[in-house]
Amino acid sequence: MSGTVSGRVAPAGVEARGWGWRHAGRRRWAIDGLDLSIAPGERVLLVGPSGSGKSTVLHALAGVNGGAEEGESVGELLIDGLHPADRRGRSGLVLQDPDSQVVLSRLGDDVAFGCENLGVERSEIWARVRDALDAVGLQLPLDHPTSRLSGGQKQRLALAGAIAMQPGLLLLDEPTANLDPAGVAEVRDAVSRVLDRTGATLVVVEHRVDVWHRLVERMVVLGRDGRVIADGRPAEVLVSARSELLAAGVWVPGEPLEVGSARAVAMPDDDPLLLGHELTIGRSAGRPLLAEIELAVPAGASTVLTGPNGAGKSTLALTMGGLIRPLAGRVAAAPSLARGLGADPARWRSRELLSRIGTVFQEPEHQFVARTVRAELGVALHALGAKDSAARIDPVLERLRLDHLAEANPFTLSGGEQRRLTVASVLVARPGVVILDEPTFGQDRLTWIELVRLVRELTDDGVAVLSVTHDSAYREALGDVRYALGADALAAGRAA
Amino acid sequence: MTGRVGRAQPVTTIVGRPPISPSEEGTDASRRPRLRFLPRVNPVTRLAAAILVTTPLLFTIDWLSAAIALVLQLALFLAAGVRPSAMLRRCWPILVAAPLAGVSMLLYGRPAGTEYWSFWLARITDGSIELAIAVTLRVLAIGLPAVLLFLDVDPTELADGLAQVWRLPSRFVLGALAGARLIGLFLDDWRAMAMSRRARGIGDHGAVRRFATMAFALLVLAIRRGSKLATAMEARGFGARTARSWARPSTVGAADAVLLAIALAVAACAIGGAILAGTFHPVWS
Repeated sequence: MSGTVSGRVAPAGVEARGWGWRHAGRRRWAIDGLDLSIAPGERVLLVGPSGSGKSTVLHALAGVNGGAEEGESVGELLIDGLHPADRRGRSGLVLQDPDSQVVLSRLGDDVAFGCENLGVERSEIWARVRDALDAVGLQLPLDHPTSRLSGGQKQRLALAGAIAMQPGLLLLDEPTANLDPAGVAEVRDAVSRVLDRTGATLVVVEHRVDVWHRLVERMVVLGRDGRVIADGRPAEVLVSARSELLAAGVWVPGEPLEVGSARAVAMPDDDPLLLGHELTIGRSAGRPLLAEIELAVPAGASTVLTGPNGAGKSTLALTMGGLIRPLAGRVAAAPSLARGLGADPARWRSRELLSRIGTVFQEPEHQFVARTVRAELGVALHALGAKDSAARIDPVLERLRLDHLAEANPFTLSGGEQRRLTVASVLVARPGVVILDEPTFGQDRLTWIELVRLVRELTDDGVAVLSVTHDSAYREALGDVRYALGADALAAGRAA
Repeated sequence: MTGRVGRAQPVTTIVGRPPISPSEEGTDASRRPRLRFLPRVNPVTRLAAAILVTTPLLFTIDWLSAAIALVLQLALFLAAGVRPSAMLRRCWPILVAAPLAGVSMLLYGRPAGTEYWSFWLARITDGSIELAIAVTLRVLAIGLPAVLLFLDVDPTELADGLAQVWRLPSRFVLGALAGARLIGLFLDDWRAMAMSRRARGIGDHGAVRRFATMAFALLVLAIRRGSKLATAMEARGFGARTARSWARPSTVGAADAVLLAIALAVAACAIGGAILAGTFHPVWS
């Protein structure tokens, strides 16, 4: 470690007294009556149900909640006894989405961005940049293009950009929710190194407690109204507030999931519902990702596909789903699935595909096309020309606990609700094959359990489900048939 | 694949192998041309030079000024190391647009002198032929420097120059720079949305309707991405009252003065040549 310029910083203290925040135009307070005192240098994990205002607290501490036109506040929220807006640069914030935090196109420039805004001198900036990149373990040239970083690397870059500002308070808003297991470990270890080096105060919001509970010394649980309901050492809080944490969807370490385990299926050699034969896959011609793929998806069972990042798992899923043409080889649907059409799903019309193979994408926001949850489900039925649409929509809404949100705008739903909606909008067309791309990414425990149970119900009904995932618990529960991708897939599969 | 009847534990099957890739690496680096002299010039100076060369050409519609400018430009760009193949590849939209503009002038330009052919409103005359040549050359002479001067310009360096040399507001320049980086993400968004529409049974709609609904959806996504980026930038102190410092210095020097002088000389030769030859034909006359 070089440690020439950075090194210890003066850690910041946080004080909230009856603090609350309401977004402009909303009737409900996002958070209200928060009383919390964090000593300089403390490491705090903040958990609570979605809608408890955890992120609102972090954003306010980072001074990015905006002024009076964005919302109103009550009570006091102070960093070192001052308003966060007057303490710019005192806190550094890392957000959830890796793609939306990269500011500039070259690695070094991106890390330097915060320092420039604080008016740090040029020679000092570059010393800080090198130190910050070293601290987060990004050993790449300063002119490395940021667009070529993996998700975990982008999050470490965001962390480097934050610590280059030498903040006394590090704020992390679900920094690992969108990452694969290797990325999660990368980021967690980088945070740990940074804290040991700087001694800064840490507040991290996250529902995966197992990632952080060894790194923090204090765990604060917020209730649905944003008030503190438990506060103490993680080991103690995990016991004392266990039922509240489980009800909030927090991943309590060691808590069994009770979803049953995978069943080895008797798969006939030559009769899968969907088959990939000698496939070469890729997003564009001349750029193959993977070749010689043999993949069989049997009816009435759950098939799980794992593999390292960038190996082409999503591309394979979309190819099997008839959405991307294979570069070589063929995808073939059994006659019982094709129902009178040709065997190649990529040649089916969109409307024909809908009732045969349903694909749920990784990003729910790419999928929404309607203005309400109910209309979102109606899209498929309208395309199919179904007359009894209400009769078909309501049971699906109920089954996925979306009935109370029927008139809500899909974009306003929480992450878990959005995921359930994308699944519901596929199920309503009753396809024979359902393809799920990273269905459990960033989901809380409750949604996770719900999704796994739902997939099992589907296979019990005879549906073939193909999932692409990094999630080892998901594979334990649903990997009736298991595939791992690529040359080094075996190692990655073990690590996952 | 073997049947797995009766096994207690599911087995993991390894599938696929890395493809034999036809062309590894070096796509971006090798495509970027290596130029002489120009890399030493600040991007904002190149912008100024492009304006200097092209603006006078907008004031006259004769063939000679455009021809002089074009010949000089071609000679200069070749001397700077722009290969003819790179020129063709980068300038093809201009190479298409120039003759199209010329043909419309040929048919509908102000008629004068001998008439060779006519059909309804279209008339080919001595005057329209001359005009067609002048316009074709002009589009080339204006388009070429606009494209080739920025062949190897890095957007970050251009932004640095705009903010530090031209003193444009940094908030505006850096906001635009960071926003431009999102365009790559929008392309991915667009592809994903197209696929999801096919998966959802609404991919059979007519192209116009599909484009309209997807464009609207992309706009919604763009605003969401933009506001997330704005939050991330604000968290890094962007827009603070503190005076900003610059990690990358952007300066101008002798090379910049030379390029401006060259640009001025090209413009002067073009206009001067036309006046001397008597072909100068200002647009306001």
